Amino acid sequence: MNSKNENLKEQVLRASGVNVLKCMRCGKCSGTCPAYGEMEYHPHQFVYMIEKGDIEKLMNSPSIYRCLTCFACVDRCPRGVEPAKAVEAVRLMAVRKQDGNRLKPEQIPDMLDEDMPQQAIVTALRKYRK
Amino acid sequence: MKNFTYYPGCTLRTKAKELDRCARVCAEILGINLEEPADWQCCGGAYTTAKDEIATKLSAVRVLNSAKEAGNPLITVCSACHNVIKQTNYDISHDDEMCGKVNRYLGLSENYSGETIVYHYLEMLRDVIGFENLAKQVKKPLKGVKIAPYYGCLLLRPKKALAMDDPENPSIMENFIKAIGGTPVVYAQRNECCGAYTIFEDKNQAVERSAKIAESAREMGADMIITACPLCMYNLKKNSGCDIPVRYFTEVLAEALGVEEVGNEQ
Ligand code: SF4
Ligand code: SF4
Repeated sequence: MNSKNENLKEQVLRASGVNVLKCMRCGKCSGTCPAYGEMEYHPHQFVYMIEKGDIEKLMNSPSIYRCLTCFACVDRCPRGVEPAKAVEAVRLMAVRKQDGNRLKPEQIPDMLDEDMPQQAIVTALRKYRK
Repeated sequence: MKNFTYYPGCTLRTKAKELDRCARVCAEILGINLEEPADWQCCGGAYTTAKDEIATKLSAVRVLNSAKEAGNPLITVCSACHNVIKQTNYDISHDDEMCGKVNRYLGLSENYSGETIVYHYLEMLRDVIGFENLAKQVKKPLKGVKIAPYYGCLLLRPKKALAMDDPENPSIMENFIKAIGGTPVVYAQRNECCGAYTIFEDKNQAVERSAKIAESAREMGADMIITACPLCMYNLKKNSGCDIPVRYFTEVLAEALGVEEVGNEQ
């Protein structure tokens, strides 16, 4: 692993608190993931690719905006790996980059309808921008 | 009267007024005094699990601390607020580094380190009132109504922080439904996510998710779905294509307790 990848990996591990070495690659997290069909990389792949230092591929993948943070993979992983926390750490690294915001406030008015709860907007802002 | 500090959150003040109004009216009937702090802020809707995020956790810590100062447990109704506040409270009591950073930032007169006990409104009904006592106060039981409780993701997970029920085989809403005289419907998708905020990334993701949930409830014969979450309510009503009525749990509670004019709308 080159030093740039080493550094990115270190940042993800530190921010997420996830120990990727605990993963036994059973795939249960991906098997239960309700966003499986929408994700290019699935939760077990996040864990494995972080171990390998393949962080940029993950940062550039729309998968990081498809995870629902539903914590199903967290509670159902038999090894307590908590893959959702790894996905979140990668997503934060992507949206914290200069011009890394996925959602811009000026896009929001067109996406609203009269029933849309505030909760949806504040959550999307938290997930999709910094 | 038992006192609780009450955190409504942003949506209960706007699009989910009935969720809030019914919660307050029913608390009064049940002898629970809800005290709303003057200066609460929006919880942000989602808990940021990353350890290097501090600012996004502060509004939850502020309301936890105002409950501590008032000497009350804290009560929440919205699933998302409940999730954010309980995860914040869990991490602040288990992660010394985060606790230190938060306290250095807030500069409170006394450090906050997770002292407040947090209840979801349903937990208050189960653990403070007791479902048996609740059943005794019911004036208009929902006899014969088959009700599918929708937990979604945020009410129960992650289990170690929320510590509310078994996320894989929950019973709190089923027992609530029995207490108000209805018949609970157990169905496969009761604890899977509705698609949540992905409406801002690709609406189809929420359409597919919420349709699956409604279909699963329908297959098991539900007449009605109940939820505690305004975003679940939105996705089930707007995006699932489902014609089963979706109601807030506090609305059916209010009806059962004999409250007049409980709205069907958000
Ligand atoms: S469920 Fe846990 S142990 Fe299994 S692949 Fe996923 S992260 Fe690894
Ligand atoms: S938290 Fe994200 S990765 Fe994990 S199961 Fe839910 S949608 Fe999938």
